[in-house]
Amino acid sequence: MARLETWTSKLRRTNAKSDFQPANVSPHRRKQRSFTIRLWVVRHARFFEWFYEKFANLFLFLHPFWKAVGYHRAEKPVTFVERQVKGLLFDCRMCGQCALSSTGMSCPMNCPKQLRNGPCGGVRANGNCEVEPDMPCVWVQAWSGASKMQTGTDKIMAVQKPVDQSLRETSSWLRVTAEAAQEKESVKS
Amino acid sequence: MNPVDTNPLDAGAPLDPLPGHSSRGRLERVLRRGEFAVTSELNPPDSADPNEVYERASIFEGWVDGINAVDASGANCHMSSVAICALLTRMGYAPILQIACRDKNRIAIQGDILGASAMGVQNILCLTGDGVQAGDQPGAKPVFDLDCMSLLETARSMRDDERFLSGRKITYPPNVFLGAAINPFAPPYDFRPMRLKKKIEAGAQFVQSQYCYDVPMFREYMKRVVDMGLNEQCFIMAGVGPLASAKTARWMRSNVPGVHIPDHIIKRLEGAEKQKAEGKRLCIEIMQEIKEIEGVSGVHVMAYRQEEFVAEIVHDSGVLKGRQPWKREPLADSAIVAERMEELVDEQKQIPAEMAENAASNT
Ligand code: SF4
Repeated sequence: MARLETWTSKLRRTNAKSDFQPANVSPHRRKQRSFTIRLWVVRHARFFEWFYEKFANLFLFLHPFWKAVGYHRAEKPVTFVERQVKGLLFDCRMCGQCALSSTGMSCPMNCPKQLRNGPCGGVRANGNCEVEPDMPCVWVQAWSGASKMQTGTDKIMAVQKPVDQSLRETSSWLRVTAEAAQEKESVKS
Repeated sequence: MNPVDTNPLDAGAPLDPLPGHSSRGRLERVLRRGEFAVTSELNPPDSADPNEVYERASIFEGWVDGINAVDASGANCHMSSVAICALLTRMGYAPILQIACRDKNRIAIQGDILGASAMGVQNILCLTGDGVQAGDQPGAKPVFDLDCMSLLETARSMRDDERFLSGRKITYPPNVFLGAAINPFAPPYDFRPMRLKKKIEAGAQFVQSQYCYDVPMFREYMKRVVDMGLNEQCFIMAGVGPLASAKTARWMRSNVPGVHIPDHIIKRLEGAEKQKAEGKRLCIEIMQEIKEIEGVSGVHVMAYRQEEFVAEIVHDSGVLKGRQPWKREPLADSAIVAERMEELVDEQKQIPAEMAENAASNT
């Protein structure tokens, strides 16, 4: 097969020659490390689904505590922890509206087209991404993760709303908790 | 041609609304009548001359039920799809407006939907779009604010709920026939039919597929689609196209995102003496095979840079079964005008100064 033209090689060809040529070009912020952890998480999607459920319950259990402290005051430290933990595990981009449980534990914001309802039609025959040929397609991973999960294949069928860009860099853990608490209260009353 | 498919007063105006139809266009009528529809793709000009658009559209006349106006396909810059559609509707063509999420955010897209509908566009095809790396300007900022699914949902709620994404009211909704694209030839293969289901749930009423060169694979896909009953909720059109040569086939396979061409096709082209003719024959054979597959409602002929062959391919494949799609009717007085033009060319030029001189010298 002919040599694949990648983004990097194309830019290199079209841009003016200079001594500095960046190694991996991408218009999106791209973490320069291998996808090992992210792929490992998807392979163990069932475990993470279970763990996440427990974790969400714990957060909800702590609702009175968050309320006492004040959600706005808790936000900064929680966001910090969330960014570190999810960044390590999922290469999280802090979109602030986590969809991991509907996307097979594969973060959709890592898709170069940021599709929330993937995969696009350009997936390569080897399952790699159209835009970044060295990265396994986020949505092929999402489907394989979803098929391992209990509710994954149902949840992946839900049409996700467009990303609310104003929620970037906020804690989705706290938001989900506050919403769940509100729902619980409204059911009670 | 079915005479009810033209507006008797003005070819460019929308048709009368019919019950159960969401648009006032020809394509939806043809599909809903159960006829095998044919659509094609206009190669957008790199020019600001409207005549180039008209010229390129006129070769499809009488052979297709809809013309796709591509939205910078392959991330290459051309005349915008909204403008092409606006030009085409003036002449009475039935354009299919493609909207890709690559270049516009939700504010621009919703505005375009309203504007296009106001210009008489009846069909909109919602796409995610190729990445910017595929085109001639890889340094562009990829937008991808919506994706094809949320775009479909947005357009549907604008039409049915008469509301913008924000919930703000629209006074007159865009009555359009909504379409999407499918690619049965890309992994994850077992998820692809479910993805079609998701698109239908989001609002797709017809879909056009990526180039189909692997008929067995398409048949497999369609079997699952029919099992899920999706062909009853949505019209499925298979994408086909002639390959100019084995070399272009190879190039397409490795450079155009999402195109799958099996090796035996390329071998066959390589073995042929006249590759272009063989490519056409291959396309016709595929069309005839596809026509027989259960659940397929039409074909979408993408003959990039070979548009002049579309008529021939459609004719030879016999998919229209003798039906003739819409064609521009010549105006009643256009024959007289043409005749007079001929006369004017032949007539001797009358130059007043010379005539005066002649008259003066004759006396
Ligand atoms: S191939 Fe996959 S990761 Fe790449 S843009 Fe398409 S859906 Fe996203």
